[in-house]
Amino acid sequence: MNIEEYRGIWVFLEHKDGAIVPVSLELLGAGRRLADKRGVPLAGILIGDGIKGLAAEAIAYGAETVYVYDDPIFHHYRTESYMRAVIACVEKYKPEIFLYGATSTGKDLASAVATDLATGLTADTTMLDVDAETGLLEASRPAFGGNIMATILCKKDRPQMATVRPKVVKALERDSERTGEVIEEPVELHEADIRTKVLDIVRHTVKKVRLDEADIIVAGGKGLGGRAGFEMIGEFAKRIGASVGGSRDAVEAGWIEHSRQVGQTGVTVTPKIYFAIGISGAIQHLVGMQNSGLIIAINKDPNAAIFQACHYGIVGDAFELVPMLTNAFEQALREEVEHG
Amino acid sequence: MLHIVACIKQVPDTKIIKMNPKTNTMDRSSAPAILNPYDAHAVEEAVRLKARYGGKVSVVTMGPPPAVKAIRKCIEIGADEGYLITDRAFAGADTLATSYSLTKAIEKIGTMEPIDLIICGKMTIDGDTGQVGPGIARRLDIPPLTSVNKVVEIDREAGQAIVHRKLEDGYEVIQTTLPCLFSVEKEINEIPYSTLPNMMRAARYQPMIWSVEDLGIVDRTKLGLKGSPTIVAKVWPPEKPKGGEMLQGSSEEQVNRLFSILMNKKELFHKSGAREEGGVQ
Amino acid sequence: MAEKFDVIVVGAGPAGTACAYTLAKQGVSVLLLERGEYPGSKNVMGGVLYRKMMEDIIPGFYKEAPVERPIVEQRFMMLDKESAATFSYKGMEWGKEPYNNFTVLRAKFDQWFANQAVAQGALLINETVALECIVKDGKVVGVRTDRPEGDIYADVVVLADGVNSLLAKSLGFHKEFRPDEVALAVMEVLKLDKKIIEDRFNLEGDQGCTIEIFGDSTKGILGTAWLYTNKDSLNIGVGTMLSGLIKHKLKPYELLEYVKTHPMIRPYIQGTEQQEYLAHLIPEGGYRSMPKIVGDGVVVVGDAAQMVNAIHREGSNMAMTSGVIAAETIIEARSTGDFSEKSLDVYRQRLMESFVGEDLKKYKDATHHFEKYPHYFEQYIPMINRAASQMFTVDGTSKREKQRKVWQGIGTVGDKIKIARDLFQAWRVMK
Repeated sequence: MNIEEYRGIWVFLEHKDGAIVPVSLELLGAGRRLADKRGVPLAGILIGDGIKGLAAEAIAYGAETVYVYDDPIFHHYRTESYMRAVIACVEKYKPEIFLYGATSTGKDLASAVATDLATGLTADTTMLDVDAETGLLEASRPAFGGNIMATILCKKDRPQMATVRPKVVKALERDSERTGEVIEEPVELHEADIRTKVLDIVRHTVKKVRLDEADIIVAGGKGLGGRAGFEMIGEFAKRIGASVGGSRDAVEAGWIEHSRQVGQTGVTVTPKIYFAIGISGAIQHLVGMQNSGLIIAINKDPNAAIFQACHYGIVGDAFELVPMLTNAFEQALREEVEHG
Repeated sequence: MLHIVACIKQVPDTKIIKMNPKTNTMDRSSAPAILNPYDAHAVEEAVRLKARYGGKVSVVTMGPPPAVKAIRKCIEIGADEGYLITDRAFAGADTLATSYSLTKAIEKIGTMEPIDLIICGKMTIDGDTGQVGPGIARRLDIPPLTSVNKVVEIDREAGQAIVHRKLEDGYEVIQTTLPCLFSVEKEINEIPYSTLPNMMRAARYQPMIWSVEDLGIVDRTKLGLKGSPTIVAKVWPPEKPKGGEMLQGSSEEQVNRLFSILMNKKELFHKSGAREEGGVQ
Repeated sequence: MAEKFDVIVVGAGPAGTACAYTLAKQGVSVLLLERGEYPGSKNVMGGVLYRKMMEDIIPGFYKEAPVERPIVEQRFMMLDKESAATFSYKGMEWGKEPYNNFTVLRAKFDQWFANQAVAQGALLINETVALECIVKDGKVVGVRTDRPEGDIYADVVVLADGVNSLLAKSLGFHKEFRPDEVALAVMEVLKLDKKIIEDRFNLEGDQGCTIEIFGDSTKGILGTAWLYTNKDSLNIGVGTMLSGLIKHKLKPYELLEYVKTHPMIRPYIQGTEQQEYLAHLIPEGGYRSMPKIVGDGVVVVGDAAQMVNAIHREGSNMAMTSGVIAAETIIEARSTGDFSEKSLDVYRQRLMESFVGEDLKKYKDATHHFEKYPHYFEQYIPMINRAASQMFTVDGTSKREKQRKVWQGIGTVGDKIKIARDLFQAWRVMK
């Protein structure tokens, strides 16, 4: 492999329901920064069925080129079909760095591609940088369950690949004045070659505000002691229009569903306000919420690690304080309604 | 009758492991070595499929000699055979080199008895990548299905299986040919208390132990550090945040102070639909 | 068809493992059941392991076993509120083979010991609780565990399941222990640099020291505190009669804090880092509280049989010895195939003839006596301290004058007669 031949930063443009997913737009933002530092172009790769219109979006968010693979065979994401398009594109255009969102699709795809291309892949990256001269991608990420941070390098193989966590980098401002090239690539795949079929897609029917999109989250931990504790903070969450989350301990104890777990092995959240109630603040949890705007912690233990990670903390009994806070909100809202 | 191979790993319990502040590396002695929790669920699923369709569950792991304990844990869960591949040549392997090594072991197991399904945990709790499963699938040229949270059915005759794959906001129902590879979510099953006969079988069990020599024709440049495109260049403890302002006073004073802090962001609460009752959940 | 072993040993502590080891070595098929994650995970001990009894089982064990430090000095502190009168013996003979005793950390040591039993052929199963004995026609034929398909059978079941032996209770061998038959001990493992330990305790190389602390350390309740040296940590703990804690409304952790902050103890633990906190019940009833220890197809060993000599802080050695004697009895019984109570009673007889029985008998009234008469700790120890202080303070008073003051300080003639009687009584229960 001649490393010199590989040039340019690429982003995998994942899409859903007719729009590019936020993390891919964020990666275009990060990609732009890396590309400027390296003095190389930024491109996106878009694969799907009837999606070429989205290329313009990618350009508005910073892509200079968008490689498009548009064909019914790509109607649903499947490893075997998408992978072939990506590999064909990489072998043809040779990028030096290739970023994917660390979504279920992104991680699935990148893992397969990296193996076939025998190149390096860093998972769940939370920090990205590139060395302007050597061109080495410095992909940093938490490891050992969040206990340490590690920077991974891929020195001799190309492209250097990484899957990147949502909400750790920022997208550029959308600018419809930006121009770029859209290159439609030929697709030579046959349905018979793809060994999996998507029979159905079932989306959660209850219209919920997704935890990772909530502006306000109230999260409970081991200190709440049981489901009753979660009912209590649930009341509070309802009053203030917040989503409810939980620590891994709470989920494993069965007090709240797994889909609401915040942390290293759960969801990463960045709400404007995060309430950590009865949560000790183990590193695995912090990793999932430490970038929240305003972090409020309530815990009985004055030595709880969460107090080092919050903006405001109260040492006290949640069962006393939270209902009081709930009442305060109730009062205030009632007064507003009364006084118009 | 299915022959299922489960790929497992022995990992330090990262929930309690501590970092050695002097060397900036993980102090492995501070946490016990356990069977990777995701892999435990994978083995349990394999055992359930064996109960449903008949057959055999073999587990394979790449690791140092103490990894036999993890294999015994799998026998406790109900696996039939275990294989440990251990060799200094494997040291320093990243996910690409690991998937190569495990693939070689799986190929060897396959020569003894054809394999219908490979199953593994979604990811390990120390590497946290989730990349080895799909890597093995690609090397064996079988379909990888990641984040499986339910196996609907397996039809060995027809050479097909149907599973649910977890998505961010739901799941998809996928049909695949066999053989294939599943990587599974913890929610796929609950692991019951092992039976006493399984505990005794596990205590007596001696797994097969293979070195590189036992794996047939191996490209040594693809093993261990040599076969790893990525390296860990730097390791450091995550930034400790500076600590927040502790609100003092009686409970009432604390709550009042907190409330006024929160009222600075009043618009947020209105936007989110805060009401006297109800509101977005 | 559930599996059958020759012997099932319930509990992989010192008694159970000693028994399993001895049996396995002779080719007997043994199942060793442990409820903890690994042997030792549920065990707590101040930390002294007696070389002789362990060596009777595994000669030269200290060459490979994870022992902490060989003890060369044993100190006895009689503590008052701000002073201590200490007696100590240090001997170089204890610093070399064959050694006298060692400090050990149970989690490490028990695992090693159990592995030796496994190496001899015992089958060790962890994380499994024996719920009850399976009894058929009045004879114990096996054990029911908490696992699915969890019944297992044997010719003899050895109950080595500790101070709170549910199995012994379920067989009716004894009732619930009274608070004055049992002590609660709490302890902390404090991390401290090797070099500092050696400096502070005046030790060379890997040598160790034990300090037993009486008097103010237990605020007048019958009991003792201790401070032992491990390789790079210290064990500090305090144990008191449960009845005393209840009577004085004290929490054991508060007592430990008191000891740790006591001016005579504080300097020893300066600069340490708390590593672990442990608590355990210790049998104190001794000879008078021993339950039935033999039945048809069953024997009871170790703490489960209340074999602790609290006066001399010996328990683990008695446990091991009882395990070995039980094993030997069972091996002999196998030749006749008679596992009845009558046949197995040889275990009880031999046990009572050994140092275990002898020592338990010797001190059978001691615990009760000292509990009944608290002034040994409450008054006499402070008195000794005061006397020492008086004698050794140079303040210009003549020595004769000092002696007179000390003698007067003891009290009236009535008090002195009382003391003489108390000393006599103490001698009687201790002899």
